Amino acid sequence: MSVLDIKNLTVRFATADGEVAAVSDVSLSVGKGECLGIVGESGSGKSQTFLAVLGLLAPNGRATGEVMFGNTNLLAADEKTLNGLRGDKLTMVFQDPMTSLTPHMRVGRQLTEVLIRHRNVNAAAARDQAIAMLRRVQIPEAERRFDMYPFELSGGLRQRVMIAMAMLCGPKLIIADEPTTALDVTVQAQILDLIRRAKDELNTAVILITHDLGVVAGLADRVGVMYAGRLVELGDVRQIFNAPRHPYTKGLLACTPRLDDTTVGTMPTIPGQPPNLQRLPTGCAYHPRCPAVMELCRVERPPLLATPTGSLNACFLENAS
Amino acid sequence: MTSTNLASPHGAALDSAAEVQGRSLWQDAWRRLRTNRAAVVGLVVLGLIAVAAALGPLFLPWTYDQIDWDHVEALPPDFANGHYFGTDSIGRDLLARTLFGGRISLMVGILATFVALTIGVTVGAVAGYVGGRTDQLLMRFVDLMYSVPLTFFVIILMVVFGRNFILMFLAIGAVEWLTMARIVRGQTLTLRSKEFIEAARASGGSTPAIIFRHILPNVLGVVMVYVTLTIPQVILLESFLSFLGLGIQEPMTSWGMLINDGAAELEINPRTLIIPAAFMTATLFCFNFLGDGLRDALDPKDR
Amino acid sequence: MWSYFARRVVIGIPTLWAVITVCFFLMRLTPGGPFDAEAPVPPEVLANLRARYHLDDPLWRQYVDYIINLLQGDFGPSFKYHDFSITTLIAQGLPVSMQNGAAALLLAILIGVPLGIFAALAQNTRRDYIISAGAMTGIVIPNFIMGQVLILVFGVWLKDSVLHLPAGGWNDGALPNRILPVFCLAVPYIAYLVRITRGSMIEVLRANYVRTARAKGLPFRLVVLRHALKSALMPVVTFLGPATAFLLTGSMVVETIFQIPGIGRYFVQGALNRDYTLVMAVTILSAGLVIVMNLIVDLIYSFLDPRVRYDERAP
Repeated sequence: MSVLDIKNLTVRFATADGEVAAVSDVSLSVGKGECLGIVGESGSGKSQTFLAVLGLLAPNGRATGEVMFGNTNLLAADEKTLNGLRGDKLTMVFQDPMTSLTPHMRVGRQLTEVLIRHRNVNAAAARDQAIAMLRRVQIPEAERRFDMYPFELSGGLRQRVMIAMAMLCGPKLIIADEPTTALDVTVQAQILDLIRRAKDELNTAVILITHDLGVVAGLADRVGVMYAGRLVELGDVRQIFNAPRHPYTKGLLACTPRLDDTTVGTMPTIPGQPPNLQRLPTGCAYHPRCPAVMELCRVERPPLLATPTGSLNACFLENAS
Repeated sequence: MTSTNLASPHGAALDSAAEVQGRSLWQDAWRRLRTNRAAVVGLVVLGLIAVAAALGPLFLPWTYDQIDWDHVEALPPDFANGHYFGTDSIGRDLLARTLFGGRISLMVGILATFVALTIGVTVGAVAGYVGGRTDQLLMRFVDLMYSVPLTFFVIILMVVFGRNFILMFLAIGAVEWLTMARIVRGQTLTLRSKEFIEAARASGGSTPAIIFRHILPNVLGVVMVYVTLTIPQVILLESFLSFLGLGIQEPMTSWGMLINDGAAELEINPRTLIIPAAFMTATLFCFNFLGDGLRDALDPKDR
Repeated sequence: MWSYFARRVVIGIPTLWAVITVCFFLMRLTPGGPFDAEAPVPPEVLANLRARYHLDDPLWRQYVDYIINLLQGDFGPSFKYHDFSITTLIAQGLPVSMQNGAAALLLAILIGVPLGIFAALAQNTRRDYIISAGAMTGIVIPNFIMGQVLILVFGVWLKDSVLHLPAGGWNDGALPNRILPVFCLAVPYIAYLVRITRGSMIEVLRANYVRTARAKGLPFRLVVLRHALKSALMPVVTFLGPATAFLLTGSMVVETIFQIPGIGRYFVQGALNRDYTLVMAVTILSAGLVIVMNLIVDLIYSFLDPRVRYDERAP
């Protein structure tokens, strides 16, 4: 049974220039203990999709569709129900650890308040559990760090604190939004390792949002590729990396440097710009940049269909063959 | 504050919009301003008041300093005499005086703001662009000026040098430039590290040339917002000086003076207070609406 | 932290000295002396007067004397009220001004800050619009118009009702005499506080850490009080520093309109009468208070933001 089941999720923002759909008709699910990677450029709607899941959209944003978390439709749930789940069964690790912790509160209090809120424990017990969790995410001198302010910690340590915070209550699902983007490469590996262990030890489902295909390859079981607010390809991570079907996925993979690549020359890039969500091209949003564009792509949008290998793909070229 | 971040809620959805569009900042701002009802109303009413103050007195049967010897007392509005708002306590036409007073008030507001603008932008741009010792010195001076109660300072200047129209807006301008200097300096500091400034410098542009051609056009937006918000402050300060008896001299008048005169006859003749007060308040409202609208229009994330 | 504080004090003293010096020379270099305004006096009387106030000493001498006296808390004699020292006048006026200012300040904080938070939490709803429009009105309507209107309504129109309030005068600080001036003093500050609090709260609510706090499942009320409020109050504190100084040194307008014997009114009269020592004293007092208040603001900062507290440990 899946932990999270998103059906036809659409997110719109009311702006001064009219409504903009940041996410259009996204459906996906993630199972127990599974890691789903979500890949896309900035502005592809990958973050907004999951902020909508948690009910944390900006005030001018509105989500429609259905998001089932267990037996609860998160989009229809009231604030109280959401607050009962957020931080407890459903947690999120944000992109920027430098600004995601409250600057004027000690780290320890920011952790214990989660336990006090959801586990109804007293302050002393909360402290013990929080320090234990800080040790578990391999923060050295956890007890001393517990009493520090965020600005006294390095970026890597802060992200560990964020992960500890997300794991405190033993969640069913952790959504990690670019958890390593702001960090050094060496720290990145350690953080990813932590997430992997959380997944394996707690059997937690993980959604890993990133623009870094390397991160996905190392951690995810399945991967979804988003472009201009839509899912364009979704399937088993090895399958998609070995035999991408959508031209955008192919482009992304071609742009990723590989250690075993011995060719000399310039890095390939995808020509053109990510689309403006207010003036999306007709037909397939990717068609202006697509090397294999056909007449049909300019007029009609390709539906997301199942392929013979069991993955989903939204491209006329593939679906026709 | 710490909230500028690429992952800000609207950011993700909209940053691509700004990139591709290719519309200029100013067109964009103007379009947004037009959708702001308060700002548009402010602009229109302000225009009407300005035109009335500038041209109105030409079409009135009475001038601001002319005494209607048939009615040397406060007269209620009387269309037959051409006293559409009545007269003041010595028989001068209130409408003519209000419009003329508006002319003076607006003029002081605009001229003093212009003085403040010139000093503030120069100091701010130089401090921000040149940096180093110059910056420190100028900003230390600004800090020092900030802790002087500036209203007192203007009053002292008015007392010391006597009541004088030109001196008044020079004095007000000389104290209102501080904030402008700070704002412009801050903007310049962030601009200085931008690539296009580096490019200009690398291609041998002189400091004044870079400041004029590259820095100033880019701080124009912020400066404009600030100008719109400074003019009403100056009008207020002038009226306050006039109210204390340190402003414009009779028979010239300004809104502040009219209000002061009206206050003296508050009990018998509230009209002489209410009419100029209404004009002035409306003007201040309009400037503030316009300023807020401009700020929102130029910086859409700030809403 | 304390060394930081001490350093700020050390910076404050030359600032105050600069203010004193500029004021002093501006006043002394004036064309026309303080006795010009009065009816022409015979030259020997004038000479007497000048001698009595040491105006015939060389300028540097007067300056040094002034500073020395100032250090002893003596602002010199009044040019106008010949038998009063400025220090006496201020000792009479300052308490009056400070009482009114403190009351107005309290009123402004108690009304303005909560209203601003309230408006921010309801951003772009009707509640927000009404509060914001009210704040705009409070800022735009000048004090002296507001004062006159209040007098017109409560002092004149409601003369025979229970709501009647005295149109002016101090009456040794009787409560009814205080209501209108304090209210009148408070209104613009309420309005500014609403706008500043609203703006900064809206900005803080967009911060990433507020999103984190919400993602923890904390009730929104708690998110605001525990995670957002402290940061949101920083600009408020910045504003309140100088605002307090200005309020405590009395409002020239309000004290003039309501005929309150505070130092604001003294200043106006001193200015009109060319009573230079009085004008200088009030200016110096006010500048000194601004400097002190800014120090207090720094202290409060370090309470609100641990970064300030810790950064300063390093030299």
